[in-house]
Order: sequence, then C-alpha cells, then structure tokens
Amino acid sequence: MSWQELLSMIGNGLWETCYMVLFSTLFSYAIGLPLGVLLVITERGHILPNAPVNSVLGTLINVLRSVPFLILMIAVIPFTRLVMGTAIGSKATIMPLTIAAFPYVARTVETSLKEVDRGVIEAAQSMGASRMHIVLKVMIPESMPSLVSGAAIATTNILGYSAMAGAIGGGGLGALAINYGYYRYRTDILLVVVVVLVLLVQVIQLIGTRSSRLVDHRLK
Amino acid sequence: MPSERPAPSGNVMIDIQGVKKIYPSQAGDVVALDGIDLAIHKGDIYGIIGMSGAGKSTLIRCINRLDSPTEGRILIDGQNILTMGDKDLRRMRRTVAMIFQQFNLLMQRTVLRNVCFPMEIAGVSKAQAHKRAKELLEIVGLAEKADAYPAQLSGGQRQRVAIARALATDPKVLLCDEATSALDPMTTQAILSLLQDINKRLGITIVIITHEMAVIRQICTRVAIIDGGRIAEKGNVREVFANPRTTAAKRLFRTTAEEELPPGKRCLRLIFDDNRTYEPVVAGMILASGVPVNILSANIQTVAGQQRGQMLVELPDDPEGAERALSYLKGKQISIEEVNADELAGTIVHDR
Ligand SMILES: Nc1ncnc2c1ncn2[C@@H]1O[C@H](COP(=O)(O)OP(=O)(O)OP(=O)(O)O)[C@@H](O)[C@H]1O
Ligand SMILES: [Mg+2]
Repeated sequence: MSWQELLSMIGNGLWETCYMVLFSTLFSYAIGLPLGVLLVITERGHILPNAPVNSVLGTLINVLRSVPFLILMIAVIPFTRLVMGTAIGSKATIMPLTIAAFPYVARTVETSLKEVDRGVIEAAQSMGASRMHIVLKVMIPESMPSLVSGAAIATTNILGYSAMAGAIGGGGLGALAINYGYYRYRTDILLVVVVVLVLLVQVIQLIGTRSSRLVDHRLK
Repeated sequence: MPSERPAPSGNVMIDIQGVKKIYPSQAGDVVALDGIDLAIHKGDIYGIIGMSGAGKSTLIRCINRLDSPTEGRILIDGQNILTMGDKDLRRMRRTVAMIFQQFNLLMQRTVLRNVCFPMEIAGVSKAQAHKRAKELLEIVGLAEKADAYPAQLSGGQRQRVAIARALATDPKVLLCDEATSALDPMTTQAILSLLQDINKRLGITIVIITHEMAVIRQICTRVAIIDGGRIAEKGNVREVFANPRTTAAKRLFRTTAEEELPPGKRCLRLIFDDNRTYEPVVAGMILASGVPVNILSANIQTVAGQQRGQMLVELPDDPEGAERALSYLKGKQISIEEVNADELAGTIVHDR
C-alpha cells in the first residue's frame, strides 16, 4: 500500500467518522435536549411538576444508559435496517449511536439546566413569563456555558462509541483500526488511527472549552 | 390617638381578606399565614415588618400568586387574583412587579436586554422595548451601563437594574421582598430614595417587606407588623412607632433603640424583673461610679403577663468610673448585657 493510498484511506475514515459523529450528536441533542428539559421542569416545585412523568422518564433513561453499547448496537440492528435500509456502514451507525447517546445527553442537559437559579426563574414568572418563555428565554440561555461544555463531552463520548461501532460493521476510523490494525496486523495504521482520534478529541475539547468561556458573561 | 384613615373601597389597591397559607409537611402542617387582613391603598408605600419566619415572604408571594393561599381572597384593583386562569394570571403579573433580595437578573444578558425582558415576553416590539429600556435606565441612573453585564455591576447597581426591569411593563404595584437586605447602609439609603422617587413620580403603590426598622422609618407611609403568620399591629408609621401596643412591635423596637446607640461608646442593657427596683439602682450606680451615667432609654414590657423593665445606659468615658459602675451593677438583682452600635446581639456580662 502506497503512502498516498494510506493517506486517502485515513482521510476517508476521518471524514466518515466526522460525519457520523456530527449527525449522531445532532440527532441525540434533538431527542435528548427536550427530554433533559422535561426531566427538570417536571420535578417537584418546578414549572411543570409531574411526578409520574418524571420518574418514568428517569427510569427509562437509566435503563438505556446501563445497556452496554455493543449489545445495544446489536439489539437495534433490525430497527436500523428498517429505518436506514441497511445495518452496516457509517450512515447506518448513526442510528445506534443516537440511541446510545440521547439518554446521556438528556442527563447532561438536565445537570446544566439545574444550575439555573430558582430565583431567576421565579423573577421571570413574576413578570408574567409562560413556561415556554422560561425554558427558551431563561433556562437555556442562562445555562448556555454549561450546555456548551456538556456538548463537547457528549461529542467526544460519541466519537468513542463510533470507534467501537467499527468492530461490528460501522465505518470510519474505528473500522480502519479493526480491519487493518487488528485483522491484518498493520500496527502502523492502528497507530495512525489512534493518533488521529486523540487529536480529534483534543480539538473537540478545545473548541468546547473556548466557546463555553466565550458565551459566559458571568466572569468578565 | 388619631384613628386609621377611613378609606373608600375605590381607593384600595391590594385587598387581602382572611388569607391563610398552610404548607403541608411530614412533620405536620406549617401555618405560615394565619388569617391576614390587610388593605393597601393606592399610592401607599406600605411596609410589612416582622422577625424571621413570621411569614413576610409568604405573604408578599401570595400578592402576585407566586404562592397560592390555602384560604381567603386577594383583590388587586378590585380583581380577585386567586380565581384567575393561567393567561389572566400572567397578564395580572405584568401590573404587579417584584424585586428581590438577590436581584435575580439574567446573568447572560446585558443590562439593556435585562430591562427589555418583560417587554419581550409581553410582545412589545424590539425597537420600542429598547427605547423604553433606555428611558428606564435613565430613571434609575444607569444609562451608561446599558451594555454591561450584571456580573460587572455592584449590588446597588444590580438592584437598580432590577427596578428598571420591574418598571418596564408600567406596573401599578411594586413588591419588594427584602430588596435592600443584601446592600450596605449607604446603598440601602440610595435604593430607598429611588423607590420613594418612583412612588412620587409614577404613583406606583409599593409594598416593602423587611426585617429592618430603619427601612420602614425612612420611606413607608404605613406599616403592618407580622408575627407568627398574623398581623400584630398596623397603621400609620408614626403612630405605630410612637405607641407600640403588642409585644411583637416592642420586640422590633427594642432593636431600634440599639440601632441608635452612640458609636464608640460602651453601653449596657439592664433588665429588671421588677420595675420598682429601677430608681435605687440608677441612683446607686451614679453614686458608685462618681461620674454621670447617661440613660439612653428605659421602658417596661409585659412578657407573658409579667412586667419587665429594661434600660439602656451609656457608661462614662472614664474607664475607672465605668468599671466602678459595672461592678456596682453586678452586685444587684439584674441581668446585664453589653451592647454596641455595630452588633445588635450584645454580650451578657452578668446574669442574675
Ligand atoms: N415552601 C415551604 N414549605 C414549607 N414551609 C415553608 C415554605 N415556605 C415557607 N415556609 C414556612 O413558613 C413560615 C414563614 O416563612 P417566610 O419565608 O414567609 O418567612 P419570612 O418572614 O419571610 O422570614 P425571613 O425574614 O427569614 O425571610 C416559616 O416557618 C417557613 O419555615
Ligand atoms: Mg423572607
């Protein structure tokens, strides 16, 4: 294999990984963010107290989070095939990644939103804010720095899962590492993949930390 | 004693009738409000004062229904707010603004956008909201801080922003829950003057919750003393001050006398179980110390049916004279507490 071939393979793997991680993150936020909001506001004494909804949701999320990713990925194969048409490749892997990540996202979002001072929410209520106003104009903007750093961690988690997904038919850098590094004893490729993954995590974390600080107006 | 000003009902802004609030809990129900009747007139600056746990916050939170009373009626400008639906409730809240001890500003919004917030949720156009917000910042004296974030402001400035924000929807009533309790005395003065100015200029009825007598004295026209979830006394500030009838009021006023202690002087609070021992003790003390002793205040309270005299005295500057007076007092049947202007608590130096 020439250097050019190797490079283009890695480049391709990187592209697939980024694509998978990006969409999985977006989808898991599309599901996890509203659930995180719901977890907070249905709590006792919050703006939409509802004990049954709160405990059912909490339990469901805990159950999903305790299933190991590999098992989850195999378990959802029929579902993935149904929705995506196939169960292998990087596109199809977005499905199990999203299912694995959204419960985690819901919990991170919950933690961030809980940082918002009750007094501030009460002040908004005293001004005649509706629940929707409170969620969209108070809770989310006020916890933005924490949401952003939470998102960076969620993204790196999904990146880790995506590499694991390579073992059972997923695409991306993970698949490269398994197929060449493991099955064909190409330690050099394995090493390059690991280095690229490490760099990727660093970049995501750096962007997360920087933007979290950038959107935080409490410390300036 | 002149009686309370009789008020035609059309003059009443906030009418609280038989309000009870019970918080259920495992350890038994907590009765936070136990039958409150209060009429607050248009244009009043009404002070509600009481000890910690008396129910002040609960009461003021019922006025804009942040809390709902268990029983009773609350009318604002003639409208019963307890039967309102969600939508009417939100509309009502725009006319009953509130400021808080902790300011509760949105920390991720600039000062200007904080003031815009209530207008934003009321559907006022952005341009109009900006214009109004700037006017309001002018009123509270913070125009130049429009683009700053709350974290960059002092406590007093933050409360000014909160006041501007509260005024944004042209409220009829402004509720203040311990609005100056997190501020130093100078800043407190300034915020109180601002509130007074707003009351005069805009005719807004103001309700002030506080545990500080000085706040009531500085700006309130009327006062209610709340104790154990009930109104112990209410009326014109000057009358209630001049002639407190209940122990709850007297307890509050006792700390007032101490707020006015001469700074830098050693003062004692003497508590007599029997007011007949008053005079001989004072005379004896003056004789023993050999220098004049200044009597700051003296009064007799009835606590649980027993008369108790108490007296505040200022010890002479001469340390030897002071020591002689003190040792004379220690030999008497009285309790002595050393008190000073800075700390209201006092230290017990001799317990009978
Ligand atoms: N949410 C609640 N649940 C249970 N009990 C409560 C609740 N809120 C207040 N109470 C109780 O009601 C009583 C009155 O409380 P409130 O906060 O109104 O007092 P306060 O006069 O404002 O006191 P402070 O000066 O300390 O603020 C207290 O005994 C308090 O413990
Ligand atoms: Mg309180």
